[in-house]
Amino acid sequence: MNLNLCLTAICDGVSSAALLYLTALGLTLIFGVMRILNVAHGSLYAFGGYLAATFGIVIAQRGLPPALALPALVVAAIIVGVLVGGTLEVTLLRRILDKDPILQLIITFAVFMILEDVQRLIWGSQPYFVSDVVNQLGMTTVLGITYTNYQLFVLPVMALVAFLGIQYFLKRTRLGREITAVTHHREVATALGVNAKHVSLLTFIIGASLGALGGALASPTTSLVPGIGADVLVLSFAVIATAGLGQLAGSAVTALVIGIARAFAVYLMPEIEVLVPYLIMVLVLLVRPQGLFAAAEVRRV
Amino acid sequence: MRTRGLTVLLVAAGATLPIFIPWLKTPVILAINNGLAVLGVLVLIRAGQVSFGHAMYVCASGYAVAYAGRFFHLDGVVLILAGTLASIVLGALIGLFIVRYRAIFFGMLNVAFSMVLYSILVKFSTYTGGSDGMRVDRPPFAGFTFERSGFETTLLYVSICIAVLAALIVQRYFASASGQALAAIKTNETRLEYLGISARRVFWGGYVASAALCGLGGSIAALAQGLVTPETGYWVRSGELVFIAILGGSSQAIGAFLGAVVFEFVRLYAAAYVTGAWQLVLGTALIVIIFAAPSGLVGLVTRFGRGRAGGHAS
Repeated sequence: MNLNLCLTAICDGVSSAALLYLTALGLTLIFGVMRILNVAHGSLYAFGGYLAATFGIVIAQRGLPPALALPALVVAAIIVGVLVGGTLEVTLLRRILDKDPILQLIITFAVFMILEDVQRLIWGSQPYFVSDVVNQLGMTTVLGITYTNYQLFVLPVMALVAFLGIQYFLKRTRLGREITAVTHHREVATALGVNAKHVSLLTFIIGASLGALGGALASPTTSLVPGIGADVLVLSFAVIATAGLGQLAGSAVTALVIGIARAFAVYLMPEIEVLVPYLIMVLVLLVRPQGLFAAAEVRRV
Repeated sequence: MRTRGLTVLLVAAGATLPIFIPWLKTPVILAINNGLAVLGVLVLIRAGQVSFGHAMYVCASGYAVAYAGRFFHLDGVVLILAGTLASIVLGALIGLFIVRYRAIFFGMLNVAFSMVLYSILVKFSTYTGGSDGMRVDRPPFAGFTFERSGFETTLLYVSICIAVLAALIVQRYFASASGQALAAIKTNETRLEYLGISARRVFWGGYVASAALCGLGGSIAALAQGLVTPETGYWVRSGELVFIAILGGSSQAIGAFLGAVVFEFVRLYAAAYVTGAWQLVLGTALIVIIFAAPSGLVGLVTRFGRGRAGGHAS
């Protein structure tokens, strides 16, 4: 393996890690506050992707200014986050907070099944691939390899902005502090005057938007097909489980490790590419069952 | 035991109806074998755990049957045993790792393993036939060579016998010491450990048993259909198993089969009307059941029976 290939693999890895991180961040954020693993998160990713692709098509067909293409991706994600995410939280998730964790898992799984079909009913099952944004932003040649600006700069910057934004929001703003308080102890936070209901809704919308953003930003570089939601969900779970559930910063590290390892596998051993994320997860969990960055916690029986 | 009448009714219907209405044979065989797999999922639900990847054991045993049939031309009985054994071995290995985890981790790690199996089966198409799957030729059964119809009848009765036996064994297991220990994983794992019982070992036993039941169902289903595809191990199928367990009611072994029969026939009819929205219907029904009838169909039936027997007392 020569240096060029090595660099290409790293670029591939970093850009896919950025997408993975955005999605995983949403999943782990929601888990942190609501203690529910939202299996339907994969669908939010897919919805974000499809809506972004639809926007891309509309922009191209109506002859709207191409500069709109990039903001349209973000707008698509927020629309999905507020509409789909908000509806989900209000109608279902807030009603199951006190249910058995198994039932919570089954219910979000049921939502996932429903949304998968809704997605197929709206967008059909033919693949969507709208890459105008990528072409528009051009290419850069670094150290002998040519790479798209979109993947090289836009994706990592977006992930970084999301990471720093969330950190700032949670640590420095009042609302963010309230979210942190609810994460630590819902009842005590409520007793101290935090409106846990609002906090849950807000967190869920932010988390859902991040999931949708992952899909929206992925749409110009991958083709969207039915079933993509399940793959992404399990992959994001691998990322957050390797880091430790609820570890926002740790997830960034594991997303990078998994993204880059997978990219190298594509070039070196393509047969096991799909297995790499799970191998990493299994190896880490064997040694540290609570994840790399989480402190060992007594299991709540 | 209020479910006894229900069991007799179900067995009698399964054994006689397909003789008069021949096209019922295949759906009934598939329903029974689906029920076996659901019974496996039920064993885990007893321990308070739910797996969204158990279709992988159904799928793995199907492929084991296909391979053993293709290369060794074995008898049908041996094929069923071989398929089940393959699932047991796979379950025992994965179980070693997976019994350390509970709840979300347990559910999701099972999904991860099942997706790995699925993508291997699709990817290595030179060995596995890719997404088209593998044919399973009709083998001789217990030394006899059958025509299609005779073969199906044989499978039907074999399935019914195995299902009844499996349900009885599972009920006995739940009542046994290790079955009680399994249920204690749900209620209070710490106390279980204080009693000097290794929760992991107990759970491992349950996990292997559940893989074996899925494998048993998967092997017979593969013989009945004459085909295995990776789709048998797709996460949607795992979801269906959990769905049927909740639909039937997770407190009794009979729930698995009642749920599977209802499911199979609703699918036969409904799938034609709601093509493309099947999962939507399933998901919605699942949520409604969880909120409206948490004890499933068996719960509804027993409540109805109790209402009649109790008369004005209730």
